[in-house]
Amino acid sequence: MNPMTILVPLVVAIPLIGAAITLALGRRHRRQVAVSVVSLTLVVLAGAVLLVLVDRHGPAVVHVGGWQAPWGIVLVVDRLSALMLLISALMLLGVLLFAVGQGIVDGDSETPVSIFHPSYLVLAAGLFNAFIAGDLFNLYVGFEMLLSASYVLLTLGGTGARIRAGVTYIVVSLVSSVLFLSAIALIYGATGTVTLALLAERIPALPTGVQLILGLMLLLAFSVKAAVFPLSFWLPDSYPTAPAPVTAVFAGLLTKVGVYAILRTQTLLFPENPFSVPLLVVAMLTMLVGILGALAQADIKRMLSFTLVSHIGYLIFGIAIGTPLALAATIFYLVHHISVQTTLFLCAGLVERVGGTTSLARLGGMLKAAPVVAVLFFIGALNLGGIPPFSGFLGKLALFQAGAELGTPLAYAGLAAGAATSLLTLYALTRAWNMAFWRPRREVENYESSMLDRLTDDPHDEGTVITKTVSPLMVGATAAMLTLTLCLTVFAGPVFAFAARAAADIEAPATYVDAVFPNGTP
Amino acid sequence: MSASLTLVVLMAVLYAAGVYIMLERSLTRVLIGFVLVGNATNLLIFLMSGRPGGSPIITGTAQDAGMADPVPQVLMLTAIVINFGITALILALIYRSWWLARLGDEGDDLADEHAGETTSSAEENFRSSSDDDDAVQASLDAGEEEAR
Repeated sequence: MNPMTILVPLVVAIPLIGAAITLALGRRHRRQVAVSVVSLTLVVLAGAVLLVLVDRHGPAVVHVGGWQAPWGIVLVVDRLSALMLLISALMLLGVLLFAVGQGIVDGDSETPVSIFHPSYLVLAAGLFNAFIAGDLFNLYVGFEMLLSASYVLLTLGGTGARIRAGVTYIVVSLVSSVLFLSAIALIYGATGTVTLALLAERIPALPTGVQLILGLMLLLAFSVKAAVFPLSFWLPDSYPTAPAPVTAVFAGLLTKVGVYAILRTQTLLFPENPFSVPLLVVAMLTMLVGILGALAQADIKRMLSFTLVSHIGYLIFGIAIGTPLALAATIFYLVHHISVQTTLFLCAGLVERVGGTTSLARLGGMLKAAPVVAVLFFIGALNLGGIPPFSGFLGKLALFQAGAELGTPLAYAGLAAGAATSLLTLYALTRAWNMAFWRPRREVENYESSMLDRLTDDPHDEGTVITKTVSPLMVGATAAMLTLTLCLTVFAGPVFAFAARAAADIEAPATYVDAVFPNGTP
Repeated sequence: MSASLTLVVLMAVLYAAGVYIMLERSLTRVLIGFVLVGNATNLLIFLMSGRPGGSPIITGTAQDAGMADPVPQVLMLTAIVINFGITALILALIYRSWWLARLGDEGDDLADEHAGETTSSAEENFRSSSDDDDAVQASLDAGEEEAR
């Protein structure tokens, strides 16, 4: 039997089994931790093996239960899926270690912790399921799995602020899920299938008007999840209230699943790229509105949430251009942004514990208090802002090249917006670093600076300063993830070459279709 | 493809009513709206299976062409299960926000009265949780009397 066909279902099965075991081990915290760490490590290994095998032998296809597509459920891992699997498994593992470190410091007896591990593993399973789904409905199921788990994680502990933030998030996600499900129903009505490989053949044969409606419905549903302007309003209000590790995972991975779904469906089902112009416009608006929001925030977590929204704009920009180079750049940028944004949110979590708050108005002297955190945050900030030679710069450069190759006025406008966003990101993050780390502690009282004028704090911030200890495991996990982002810089050549091969795969849907139906479509 | 007009109208009404109720501020109404919209979507999936009246898919009962399309029914079943789970979660959330609104953080302190005790037997756990309920009820009653 082909080793790939065994590995593909395992990436979903292992976290689910782990979730069941951790749920049964509710009171035994140490064993719960061991089970979660082992299951995610296994997925990382499976992801790495799959990446190598898929790159060598082409897409891995599994017909679940032996039922052939289009009747059965089909799981497909091509280069893009394998890359997303590996990077998200690595992120989940790193953040899990951070959360474990935090748990060790806070004491093991807290009740919410017992539900943390099962929910976290279900979230992981849903995420992996979405990446390997070979049909639209399975993608929907993956989304629902990860969303249900994220509802639990976001309202962990059930405090007033978290319930308030959770309600917004849940209602918005529900609306987008209903929209996605209706789109699936209509697509089934129009084509008689939900298998992506078969849809790739049948959707382009539909009348143009029907195609546009179906494509637009899918795009709207995914845009809410990916937080594309103007559907991004919910994000900065809901993410920052969650515990630091949860926010880091949400910021790094949940919005990116939406981007992945847009990338997959737009290239596979709508190869003519009918939404290029509207996508370019929303990409620009996402970048600019997001970063302008970030400039007005005094709270580091809220500021990072806004930069998250604005950098989704770069990804949409790449998808809108749709040339092989643009898609390769998008995939590279996706990997870069997942890792760097997760790391920065973990740094914010460390800042919150050492400084007692994340508000720039009250932070100071952190360089002396926590020099390691200062270095970690600084490198992460430069990377996100796109300073050479970091991977953020390389990704943006490739995106800009693709934009310039397209050469339309709108593409150049997007390029300008991207450059401005990059500079403003750098401004927002270095200002945060200056205020929190560089400014001496004693100057915080009555500090006056034009940089701190007109900043809005978190509306629910009570102004408390509670410092907590930091365990070496937390700093270690953050440093390991930062090392990973630096590896993306050092090994940018091979990674970008891989991204280019993945982009070539999705650029020509025939590769995907042939892998699922080796004997021709029915 | 032909569809039953009654079902189409029902679906449209459910969608309209559901979206309208979801726009309310109250979380309970949002839940009712979600249930309506969710069922409207299930009907939409069902409508996509084509004309009603086909025979079920059991070998040897009918020609292939006369059989009902099973795929939308499968999709619907999955969607119903997912909606059910989400509804339960939102109900828990509504209960929690009601708890916070009525009792605030004091409510949590009441429930924590027994946290220090290490009770291993299920019976004692049960008794202590019913004590908690009594304490919460007493606090609620007191609150209502104050309100009067």
